[in-house]
Amino acid sequence: MSAVAKLLPAGAPRPSAFVVRFLLMAAALLLLAPAVLSDFRLSLLAKFLCFAIIAIGIGLAWGQGGMLVLGQGLFFGLGGYCMGMHLKIVDAGAGQLPDILTYSGKYDSLPALWTPFSSAWFAIPMAILLPMAIAALLGAAVFRQRIRGAYFAILSQALAGAFVIVIVGNNALTGGTNGLTNFQSFFGLSVSDPADQKILYFVVVIVLLLVFLATRELVLGRYGRVLIAVRDDEDRVRFLGYDPTRIKLVAYVLAAGMAGLAGALFVPVVGIISPALLGIVPSIEMVIWVALGGRSVLAWAAAGAVIVNSARSSISEQFPSTWLYLQGLLFVVVILFLPHGIAGAVGHLRRLASRVPLPGGRRVAAAAAPAPSHLPPRSNEVV
Amino acid sequence: MSTELLQIRSLVVAFDAFHAIDGLDLSLREHEVRFVIGPNGAGKTTLIDSITNLVRPTSGSIVFAGEELVGHSEHAIVHAGIGRTFQKPSVFDELTVLENVDIAAAFRLPFRSLLRRRRGITAEVARALDSVNLAEQRDDPAGSLSHGQKQWLEVAMVLVQRPRLLLLDEPVAGMTQRERLHTGELITQIAQEGTTVLVVEHDMDFVRRFAHKVTVMHEGRILTEGTVAEVQRNETVREVYLGRPRDARGAAEVPA
Repeated sequence: MSAVAKLLPAGAPRPSAFVVRFLLMAAALLLLAPAVLSDFRLSLLAKFLCFAIIAIGIGLAWGQGGMLVLGQGLFFGLGGYCMGMHLKIVDAGAGQLPDILTYSGKYDSLPALWTPFSSAWFAIPMAILLPMAIAALLGAAVFRQRIRGAYFAILSQALAGAFVIVIVGNNALTGGTNGLTNFQSFFGLSVSDPADQKILYFVVVIVLLLVFLATRELVLGRYGRVLIAVRDDEDRVRFLGYDPTRIKLVAYVLAAGMAGLAGALFVPVVGIISPALLGIVPSIEMVIWVALGGRSVLAWAAAGAVIVNSARSSISEQFPSTWLYLQGLLFVVVILFLPHGIAGAVGHLRRLASRVPLPGGRRVAAAAAPAPSHLPPRSNEVV
Repeated sequence: MSTELLQIRSLVVAFDAFHAIDGLDLSLREHEVRFVIGPNGAGKTTLIDSITNLVRPTSGSIVFAGEELVGHSEHAIVHAGIGRTFQKPSVFDELTVLENVDIAAAFRLPFRSLLRRRRGITAEVARALDSVNLAEQRDDPAGSLSHGQKQWLEVAMVLVQRPRLLLLDEPVAGMTQRERLHTGELITQIAQEGTTVLVVEHDMDFVRRFAHKVTVMHEGRILTEGTVAEVQRNETVREVYLGRPRDARGAAEVPA
């Protein structure tokens, strides 16, 4: 059923059509998936939906704002480690040192970096605010200097790489390459209990749906129009009286916050956060999900994360070593033939279907102006 | 002097050794319509670019309504009350015609109200669309407009911002005769409503028809200023246009 909902027409000119599709999707995720999927598959889906939250942020920053954010792993990781530290401290119990900090023998008591994360009231907001703060600092410096395109992409990627080096280099404090793992509980829920995992799944779904709706409102608002204008001609926007730095900063910072939030949810769902999940390669993969789904349509960006990761896990189960080749091939195919991802292909098919034959065998669009397939979906299809 | 809206003093814009603007002085009075003509490479567009900080002046001063503009950012200059159009029509192809005008109109809104969706169309936006004959196309993507319509859309975008000074860079280039006429009438009307307008134009027919006061630029300086008739009688002006046979465009448009 969730597949059926996904296959429904992607364009949403009328809000009612959107509401129907949104409710179908919500029902599929909230009612159907828990009913038909095994515990294992459901928790896999929860993981993919965490990725979908990152993808919505990338859809906002890259798809709508034109900023190729190649380093979202940094923000995802920050969110993950904030949550991970908190869970480790809670698992250890009052006055006890989390196992990860005992291995080096360097610490008798909680190090200063860890102490504030004892409180959930600190750890959870920090999982979102810390990525946003770092994105704000980086973005303000970079956008003001009018650095964009490949230079911005490389810079954001370098930061993700540097973050990994910092974590691995401070292994006594961070768990190094092993990361933080062996979590027992999550706010009273047992991480290993299937019933509790189900509750966690619902939390992820609801957060995802809320993030999607909020981002959609933002994109459909005037801000979203200005963001597209900045994407297409940043210099022209200045002469309309807007400061592109500020416009871009908002999208970039929100995308970072979403990645952080996704990281915070990912930790209890999957039970680990480690450098291997947030370095340069995972950061690039995040962009691939969005490219494959369709960067200019938020729902398809999110769907891309679920589709690519589902394909990855089912293919890896059968042919363990082929996935990387396939992923590379997929990316090449998308760049060459589907510049707007699955969303673009679906939009193109719909336009074809809406054409009616004319006498003489010519085919002409029946409804709206036919957009050439190389153009992205019309702006009213952004969600 | 209090009626002077724009005062440019000793402006120099140098690209390496080449001085696109070379010690230019120019004053515009409030409510004035000024046409700037001159052969190719005279620095007309550079003049507009330096007023709006698209290019940074090397030296000199540009005072608008009593405030120095040099060193201010492009968007700050727009907020100060200066709007411009571009030679190559620059609209946002993926947004609709209406959305293009709407975001232009919203530039003074506080940021948080940008976050909301547009509800309906303000009277101002509707009026701007009407004045450039684009009301019917308002829901079309701007990318589907003709060249002339895009130029008009750009005019609507700048009109809706209610600038005190409007800088138009070759507003009728590539337009049909009818479109030119309409644009000329529009400029006259804008001026009557109290906006000061500076028009850079190549089309001498258009200048003769709609200009009162004309400034002739040559090699980055002001050659002369006056009415169309005065400028046409000026020997130096004739020389500048006629004396450069290789400059086909300038030669073809001798103000005679």
